[in-house]
Amino acid sequence: MTNSYLTRRGVLKTGAVAGAGVALPTIFTAGRASAFTNEPMGGTVKLGFNVPQTGPYAEEGLDELRAQELAVEHLNGMGDGGMLNTFSSKALDGTGILGKKVEFVTGDTQTKSDAARASAKSMIEKDGVVMINGGSSSGVAVAVQGLCQEAGIIFMAGLTHSNDTTGKDRKRNGFRHFFNAYMSGAALAPVLEKAYGNDRRAYHLTADYTWGYTQQESIQASTEALGWETANNVLTPVGAGDFSSYIAPVLNAGVDVLVLNHYGGDMVNSLTQAVQFGLRDKQVNGKNFEIVVPLYSELMAEGAGANIKGVYGSMNWNWQLQDEGTKAFVKSFGEKYGRPPSNSAHTCYVQVLLYADAVARAGSFNPCAVVEALEGFEFDGMGNGPTTYRAEDHQCFKDVLVMKGAENPTTQFDVLEVVEVTPRAQVEYAPEHPMFGGAEATLGECNSGA
Amino acid sequence: MQRRAERNFPGEGTMEAIILQILNGLDKGSAYALIALGLTLIFGTLGVVNFAHGALFMIGAFCAVTMQRILNLSFEQVDPSRTDFLGNPLKVQVPYIESWFGPETGGALLDWSVPLSIFLAIPVMIGLGYAMERGLIKHFYKRPHADQILVTFGLAIVLQEIIKYFFGANPIQVAAPSVFSGSFDFGAILGFDPNVIIYPYWRMVYFLFSLAIIGAVFSFLQFTTFGMVVRAGMADRETVGLLGINIDRRFTVMFGLAAAVAGLAGVMYTPILAPNYHMGMDFLVLSFVVVVVGGMGSLPGAVLAGFLLGILQSFASMNEIKSIIPGIDQVIIYLIAIIILLTRPRGLMGRKGVMED
Repeated sequence: MTNSYLTRRGVLKTGAVAGAGVALPTIFTAGRASAFTNEPMGGTVKLGFNVPQTGPYAEEGLDELRAQELAVEHLNGMGDGGMLNTFSSKALDGTGILGKKVEFVTGDTQTKSDAARASAKSMIEKDGVVMINGGSSSGVAVAVQGLCQEAGIIFMAGLTHSNDTTGKDRKRNGFRHFFNAYMSGAALAPVLEKAYGNDRRAYHLTADYTWGYTQQESIQASTEALGWETANNVLTPVGAGDFSSYIAPVLNAGVDVLVLNHYGGDMVNSLTQAVQFGLRDKQVNGKNFEIVVPLYSELMAEGAGANIKGVYGSMNWNWQLQDEGTKAFVKSFGEKYGRPPSNSAHTCYVQVLLYADAVARAGSFNPCAVVEALEGFEFDGMGNGPTTYRAEDHQCFKDVLVMKGAENPTTQFDVLEVVEVTPRAQVEYAPEHPMFGGAEATLGECNSGA
Repeated sequence: MQRRAERNFPGEGTMEAIILQILNGLDKGSAYALIALGLTLIFGTLGVVNFAHGALFMIGAFCAVTMQRILNLSFEQVDPSRTDFLGNPLKVQVPYIESWFGPETGGALLDWSVPLSIFLAIPVMIGLGYAMERGLIKHFYKRPHADQILVTFGLAIVLQEIIKYFFGANPIQVAAPSVFSGSFDFGAILGFDPNVIIYPYWRMVYFLFSLAIIGAVFSFLQFTTFGMVVRAGMADRETVGLLGINIDRRFTVMFGLAAAVAGLAGVMYTPILAPNYHMGMDFLVLSFVVVVVGGMGSLPGAVLAGFLLGILQSFASMNEIKSIIPGIDQVIIYLIAIIILLTRPRGLMGRKGVMED
């Protein structure tokens, strides 16, 4: 028989001593003045990649993660260097960032604002990341951007297309490389005019959240400027699945264009169902009925299959571009993963490099120094032509792509074709544009968390 | 053409819109009715509230996806005349069945993958239902309803995650046979202008299919000895047991049958809604409302309420209605449920004594 001498008091005592022992180092270090939040002390620096790993956008998140991993490899001097070879700034040399090896942690946004905030918070507080990158929804981007601003770290947004991200919800610590709804409208309108003329009546189906509203507002404004009429705008619940009851009324609305302000699985379903209801074979007002999908993504286009043929939309970037930066990125991504990168992968990859470059040029991880280095930064060789990070709202200005569903795709990867590279001048707008929060919208002060 | 562009005043075109939304409600209602039918069967026989029933619908849909994958199993053939995105020679995927049966027969088999999946789905779903009942749910018969709900809900999440692991999170397109890919001009038959009331062929197929399934289930229960015993068991389990009949075994079969009904509903729904791993949850909640509105334990009630709510939901999505009460399309089902439960607490066709002990 064994006797274990375990008493309640003994356990409590041991626990208290052990607890104090564990807490001891932090008691001493916590008091030490750190210059800014999560200042990297050792030989490594940690980045946080907050992407949807579960939920409806998990595939997009997975592709973002692939690109982010690749970016970290390139920063640490592994692989072929990808866009580092074509990037106009030469501050990065493949030895990490400021000589510190780059590490990363990942979080799961689940495409829900609260889950995304929780995972970002955990990466900031537990893992000590200096920057958060990624995401595939504007609701999430706005939420995480706000959190990073409060915490005093940099947020490099991933796929977020709502005007609000760099509009009324813009923040000093947040930066968006991806294009936005206004730019989609401005780029698409001339192409739509050329293809479908000036005399059209459009019917909008719009996803019922921030991105949908700004997308619809933007495309309505730019098509009405052409002379189009907007007959109706119907808000549809996100994830409705079956959109037939919203599509059926379109048949008798006397309209000849349907604009689907939907993204992701909703887009796949609404487009497929619209085609099933024969909308594309229809003639109204003596014209062929047309469908427009303002925001495209490769992964969704793949899902929509043949229904997408001839349908116009816009994108931030596409792997089929022929500039040196794109070719370098597609090569290193394709060789590693066996598939071309999506445009959300591209934006996340570029954002990671841009952050690292800004730190290298600033010579510091201090968020306020990084902000200063990124504001007004002009660069090239990243696949979109000459690009500027505008200082007033932290939005990147660059060329935008108008895309069309390919008539004869040869593989699953070229279901979309580039119709036009819209020059940057055509999609520019004033920082105080009313769709972007007007004059009241400000970035606020930079927060380093000190 | 010109004439139609000019009529903007309200009132005209209303009849067309109403017919269109009734048609629209029919296919959605068919899915609700089939799921609710299975739920009611399980509840009526085993007394279990099965929250994994939506997942069974989803797995049925993925049987169609699996069938498509099986038929598309291919070998790689290098086509030196074309190149892939990296500039290497393109590897073309050639499905085995096309190389075995020739492109025509093989192509036709691929085209008909959804109806063919029925033959895969029936054994898979019955097997799964049997395994679920014998392996897990059996142990929860004597436990409170709350426990049953928790365990079946947990099971639903596990099934979802398994599907996501194998098939990813994106919706996967499954096409109907090309014969049914167009749409049918309903208006032309009823004497309206052409192209006004259009209804996709496949949705009509789905509606007829669901009527056939519902008819088959009812006649199975009504006209076979097995069905008679099951109905007797639903009415008074104890007495049937005292007569020396092994009612548990029959109820297990009913669970398998209910699973198969949900699975078939899922298989045939894939061309309407690209399946993804969480489609089951979307349908589950609505199907429970359908069961409650129809009356707990009433099979005809479940079917009736399924179609009723499907059609009402379609009407609530109309702009004319939405402009009067914004957001009504998202709450209509629950609103109807509240009204029905206030006026008829047992649901439309609920019987006395069900879940009232």
